[in-house]
Amino acid sequence: MTDAPTSPEAPSPARKRWPYFVPLIVIAAMFGIFGKRLLDVERGADPRLIPTVLLDTQVPAFELEGLPGRSDPRGLAATDLKGDVTLVNVWGSWCIACVQEHPTLLQIAKENKVAIHGIDWRDTPDRGLAWLKQRGDPYARVAQDPHGEAAIAFGVTAAPESFLVDKNGVIRFKQVGPITPEVWRDQIAPLIEQLRK
Amino acid sequence: MKLRYLIALAALTLTPAAQAVEPSEMLPDATLEARAREVSKALRCVQCQNETIDESNAEIAHDMRVLVRKRIVAGDSNQQVIDYMYSRYGDYVLLKPRFAANTIALWCAPLLLLIGGAFVLRQRLRDRPTAAPAPLSAEETAALAALDQTERRA
Amino acid sequence: MITELGHFALALALIVALIQATVPMIGAQKNDPALMAIARPAALAQFGLIGFSFAALIHAFVTNDFSVVGAYENSHTAQPLFYKIAGAWGNHEGSMVLWITILALFGASVAVFGENLPPALRARALSVQAMITVGFIAFILFTSNPFLRLVPAPLEGVGLNPLLQHPGMAIHPPMLYSGYVGFSMAFSFAIAALIEGRVDAAWARWVRPWTLAAWVLLTCGIGLGSWWAYTILGWGGWWAWDPVENASFIPWLTGTALLHSAIVVEKREALKSWTILLAIITFSLSLLGTFLVRSGILTSVHAFASDPTRGVFVLALLSVAIGGSLILYAVRAPTLEGGGVFAPISREGGLLLNNLFLSTAAATVLLGTLYPLIAEALDLGKLTVGPPYFNGVFVPLMVPLVIVAGIGPFLAWKRGDLLAARARLGVAGAGTIFVIIVSAALSHNDWQALAAAGGLGLSTWLALASICEWIDRVHPLRSGALARIRHLPRAAHGMTLAHLGFAIVIAGATASTAWKEEHNQIQAAGSTVTVAGYTLRFEGATDVPGPNYSAKEGRFVVLKGDDEIGVLTPQRREYIQPRQVGTSPAIMTVALGDIYAVLGDPDGDKGFATRLYFQPLVPWLWLGVLLMAAGGLCSLSDRRLRVGAPRRTTRAATNAAAQPAE
Repeated sequence: MTDAPTSPEAPSPARKRWPYFVPLIVIAAMFGIFGKRLLDVERGADPRLIPTVLLDTQVPAFELEGLPGRSDPRGLAATDLKGDVTLVNVWGSWCIACVQEHPTLLQIAKENKVAIHGIDWRDTPDRGLAWLKQRGDPYARVAQDPHGEAAIAFGVTAAPESFLVDKNGVIRFKQVGPITPEVWRDQIAPLIEQLRK
Repeated sequence: MKLRYLIALAALTLTPAAQAVEPSEMLPDATLEARAREVSKALRCVQCQNETIDESNAEIAHDMRVLVRKRIVAGDSNQQVIDYMYSRYGDYVLLKPRFAANTIALWCAPLLLLIGGAFVLRQRLRDRPTAAPAPLSAEETAALAALDQTERRA
Repeated sequence: MITELGHFALALALIVALIQATVPMIGAQKNDPALMAIARPAALAQFGLIGFSFAALIHAFVTNDFSVVGAYENSHTAQPLFYKIAGAWGNHEGSMVLWITILALFGASVAVFGENLPPALRARALSVQAMITVGFIAFILFTSNPFLRLVPAPLEGVGLNPLLQHPGMAIHPPMLYSGYVGFSMAFSFAIAALIEGRVDAAWARWVRPWTLAAWVLLTCGIGLGSWWAYTILGWGGWWAWDPVENASFIPWLTGTALLHSAIVVEKREALKSWTILLAIITFSLSLLGTFLVRSGILTSVHAFASDPTRGVFVLALLSVAIGGSLILYAVRAPTLEGGGVFAPISREGGLLLNNLFLSTAAATVLLGTLYPLIAEALDLGKLTVGPPYFNGVFVPLMVPLVIVAGIGPFLAWKRGDLLAARARLGVAGAGTIFVIIVSAALSHNDWQALAAAGGLGLSTWLALASICEWIDRVHPLRSGALARIRHLPRAAHGMTLAHLGFAIVIAGATASTAWKEEHNQIQAAGSTVTVAGYTLRFEGATDVPGPNYSAKEGRFVVLKGDDEIGVLTPQRREYIQPRQVGTSPAIMTVALGDIYAVLGDPDGDKGFATRLYFQPLVPWLWLGVLLMAAGGLCSLSDRRLRVGAPRRTTRAATNAAAQPAE
């Protein structure tokens, strides 16, 4: 052949070397990203968390009916979330993690630190009422959201989720999953103090 | 597909089973219903693993489907419905990522890779004396003929 | 006791693999035949030990030994035997054992059948294989022990996920893993060649059968997975661009590219360093696929976090394997270039374009699959990359690929004649235009028309071009056709078959996407729905007991005109163990597609929710996949690729004289 059979020892003279490093660089970058993600997660970043796009925006417009038969049967609307800092808690009688969260909410209500409003999501009023009767009722108002429209408006993905709303009706904090005493002590309580100033 | 169904099933064990797009959800108007299906196929079930709300059995997907139809009936355009969901859940809810600062790499990469690859190819071909290949030598002709023969037929 | 022995055998296999990974490599460097010779018995011993370990694991499943965690979680006494066995690899730990069993099997077959390989190449390749084994066994022993015991042993197991209790899903993992592992052979040979600094036609011929076998197995594996999804998940889809699917599809794309570029190395000794790179990348992507899916990094970052040791181990392992081989590549590959020159318009040029489109497609699918993870790591927010993205970028890349696949085979090596090829492609071109017009006319809206005309046009183009090319070679109507067919290399027949299969897959994919018909309704007994010209009469639902579930079974009578042509019996199953609800659609294949029926929930006394589909040409997907696999097998049977065919020594002698004429 015109081109002599290549001998392994003799590289083509004009061949640049750097392009052969490109695959290595790409892979190194990819693994760097994997590694960073792994570190983030180990440092406590919750990979399931979907950051809310609603932070620092007005609470969505909604108007829901209350639970008939509750001592305070009033419902809840976006306008009710103005005037003072409030905590909106999305729950349901079918929600297992809500059971775990409930004692913390009861404690917060007992200490009267902030008004907690409940949104009873995808539930029937009697089931919701029975659940509250059995486990205690920490809520100022409880609204029913049987078709999840308010929950979707709040960008809820799973119960429980809670939103801290300031006195102007702006969402300042979102908790995905149960509020634990630690979350309350370290994050929500100090934020309430700050927002009330 | 496996995994997301496992997860969907895990959800099913906790909640009563629902079917993706139940007849009771459907709109009587076929045109509007077709639009609702199209919108549903663009939205991700936010509880699931890479599933559209159209095919998901999760309850929140049901609620989202119902809401999509409600808004369409109320006169929203398809894009307005999608925009509403986007305003609630952000990028996460869109199965087709928007072309934005955080997705430039994603959308441009295929074309850049193709152009880059083609460029490298051209360089490599030019590196070689192929612009005006020398006429075939006798032995080369013989070699190619032999190759062609095994290729073509005996 | 057997379980402990299995565990012990695995630990022994680790030691053997460590020896196999080091001693023959040193032997090859020092050119010491005695040290190199260790590779073969070591590979056989390794297979024996790992095979025993795998058998011990299956034993625990078959004998309902629920003291083994894996058996407890994935088996049940009422489970049919077939699924007890399949349960052994229906989970992370067991699937890893299956993986290394196949790896050891392939290694052992190199040891047994690789007699004609140069000893140094064989020693190095087996040594690299053993390094992979070391990594995997260490991963299994330290982070994913399949022999973990439960004390006290439960009396009954949880049971295999009912969705996995399907013949397609039972043999899908072994197929897929055999494909992945097959690519490990190409990888090991590539690394060995890099160390030796020598890649030639003989090397390509040793690598090609493994690549072909791996490709055939992976093709079947992906096809099975798709078939499983279609027949069991109950929404009639067969591909969803799910990360799990992509993980096997990406190596398939690069593997297909490798298959084609290896031809150029074999025939023309060109594209050497690119082929080596493809071999490394294809196996790296297989590794990535296995690990990322099984450890959950890809699908949900949560599983990654749930076991940080596993995550760190995976990352370390992949870095060493992939990073190490790419460093070696960066250092050694520049010495590999040279080889046959060719004009842009030539067979080589066509194959290069094939590689360009396939690699870009693979990179794009990889990027889309990983992008949510990348975005999160770089604080770009949490986003979703779904089917609209993949379809939007993948399909445009396939269009030129298919066009080139039709033309390429007509071009001669080194310098092709596009005008001559065009003359011979007239029939294919005319047929394509005809199909484009007909499919556009058959469509109901613009989108359908565009998709159907484009897809079916491409399919026709590739099919007709492949057939024309084959006819051109064998002239079936002239005398002596049989002899010509017999004498045409099997690889050429294989190419025609595989391209034809690909064309049929495209047709199936297009038609089922563009013309799918769906009917959703509540049906009372006696009511009828017309689906694609067939009348489906619902006759109510009855309770049917199953081995480990109870089911509601709907009954649909399918009528064509007034003739009853069949009965569909979809089920809604409630599995007893584990407690889950599943649907079991009923499918009837008719002339131009499948009638697909799903039974939904009862709706009070109004009847049942039913979903009825017509899925045009879906059976063509499976037919096309089978044809592609058959094409691969046909190629594999080519005498040039048979054991003992290539010998480097004879080649070297004739090297100066001529291109290797087989």
